[in-house]
Amino acid sequence: MIPLLLIHLIKIACVIGVMLGIVAYTVLAERKICAWMQDRIGPNRVGPFGLLQPVADGLKFIFKEDVLPHHVNKVYFTLAPMIAMIPALITIAVVPWGSQLVIPSVSHDPIPGVIANLNVGILFVFAISSLGVYGIVLAGWSSNSKYPFLGGIRSSAQMISYEVCLGLSVVPVFMQVGSLNLMKVVEYQAQHTWLGFTQPLSCFIFLVSAFAETNRLPFDLPEAEQELVGGYHTEYSSMKFAMFFLGEYAAMFMASALMATLFFGGWSLPFAPFNAPAQTLTVGLIHIGIFLAKVCGFLFFFIWVRWTIPRFRYDQLMTLGWKIFIPLTLLNILISGVVLAVITK
Amino acid sequence: MTSAITLNDYLIVSGLLFALGIAGVIIRRNALVIYMALEMNLNAANLALIAFSKFNKLVEGQILVFFVIAIAAAEVAVGLAIIVALYRRKQTISVDQLTTMRL
Amino acid sequence: MYDILFWFFSIAMLVCGLLVIANRNPVASALFLVLLFVFLAGLFVLLEAFFIAAIQVLVYAGAIMVLFLFVIMLLDIKASERRKFRALGVVGGIAVAVAFVWELVIILTRPLKPLATGGDELSGGLEQVVKPLFANYMLPFEVTALLLLVAMIGVVLLSKRELK
Repeated sequence: MIPLLLIHLIKIACVIGVMLGIVAYTVLAERKICAWMQDRIGPNRVGPFGLLQPVADGLKFIFKEDVLPHHVNKVYFTLAPMIAMIPALITIAVVPWGSQLVIPSVSHDPIPGVIANLNVGILFVFAISSLGVYGIVLAGWSSNSKYPFLGGIRSSAQMISYEVCLGLSVVPVFMQVGSLNLMKVVEYQAQHTWLGFTQPLSCFIFLVSAFAETNRLPFDLPEAEQELVGGYHTEYSSMKFAMFFLGEYAAMFMASALMATLFFGGWSLPFAPFNAPAQTLTVGLIHIGIFLAKVCGFLFFFIWVRWTIPRFRYDQLMTLGWKIFIPLTLLNILISGVVLAVITK
Repeated sequence: MTSAITLNDYLIVSGLLFALGIAGVIIRRNALVIYMALEMNLNAANLALIAFSKFNKLVEGQILVFFVIAIAAAEVAVGLAIIVALYRRKQTISVDQLTTMRL
Repeated sequence: MYDILFWFFSIAMLVCGLLVIANRNPVASALFLVLLFVFLAGLFVLLEAFFIAAIQVLVYAGAIMVLFLFVIMLLDIKASERRKFRALGVVGGIAVAVAFVWELVIILTRPLKPLATGGDELSGGLEQVVKPLFANYMLPFEVTALLLLVAMIGVVLLSKRELK
């Protein structure tokens, strides 16, 4: 028997470890897939097939000189990358990565496949991820130079706008499920049908808003190398830059995990024994595998889109968010409400 | 949950936060910071409401806080727009220099 | 554990509050206010108001304070950074605050009306808060929605370059 606290700590360590591992390899995957799409080879020098490239990249970042330009506001300049990275790592706490693990030798009760089973799950995710914007605003402002500032302002305007879309787009999901708890959302999908099929509009708007929220192409205006040099991380180097970089990929991981959880059944597959909480350890582990496979699928989708679609113009981005998506999400909520009222009558 | 923390403790914390807010409003001359201090006052009231709601087992306190937060959002948006408009006209947001009641 | 967390959140929150009003730099003030909201959300969690804690962080820390930071950064704040506090303001402010705390002490040392004991314990569940919101308090809810709309239109109007 292992004390409960220890189980929690092990769970947290594993989740963060796996997440950071996947994040590191997403960077490699990005380079490989991009190379493949452009008919190149991509990184292949470090280790077999270049598989140790993330390690080499990490070491390189650590050993680079940490430049602190003299015109920056030092405290905020140092703080910003940390603030940008942490929210994505915290929000993973409420995302269910598996149903449950039945290990009698470790604990009597099955171990739930989520770190914190909150009844306000998705609100927690939005609340914490909305703090991520501070990292970018502060980075832009404390750098004290024009391109980072423009990038920071653009980025925060973009993130605030699309946060609204993101929040409104998932409302129909919770109207249908009747709970904000992400574990319940997945269980509902395991028993009924995947919400991506019953709420396709929600799913689509959530996906596109997630692209904007994570500052990925086709919405990577905050960075926009050609016009803003590098946006808010122009002045950053070494580990501070790496933190922004990891933060972006961690946010991408979170967005993929949320897509999988909200619209594509999380750990479940629509047939037995994968559509009910696991009764044996093997099934529990397979559930985790299913979840990770779905996440990796979405990560691939993120990368695929990045190397396919050109960047939007800034006014197009804002028009899409405010004039198209927000009215559409409101309409979607209305229609879902009417349909649900008719069905439940 | 058994605990030594009573309603009074929460009210004291809430009262101290409110006092800080009042002091901020009077001491500071920067309109934006005054506005932040006002937000502190609102939040002190929220804390008291939630504490009452918990210890009196009435959910109405939480509902009131919900409305306070919603209205605070509206109020901040309008207030900041006014401050920006003022700044455009007068190039200052110090309340010492904003002494006339017209633009 | 509960007590330790209560004192930690309370003291951290009050220190942040002090730093908000004592800081010369409005950006620092705004950031300490964000921290204050997060600690306050911690207190809400201790009071088992999970829904309120979540929207506290979402609305206050995530939206309102970003707006504040935006405005601070867009306005030129360098002038106010150097300006000294006025002695009269400081004395007056502290006097009012002390008077308020004194009043609070007088009130709280009196016996309070006994707390309600009969009702059900609040479970902290979402439904408990949200159900009455849509049943008993429907009208205030709708009026708030209207108010938000009015505020939005007002802000758009105020932010236009020239008021005519």
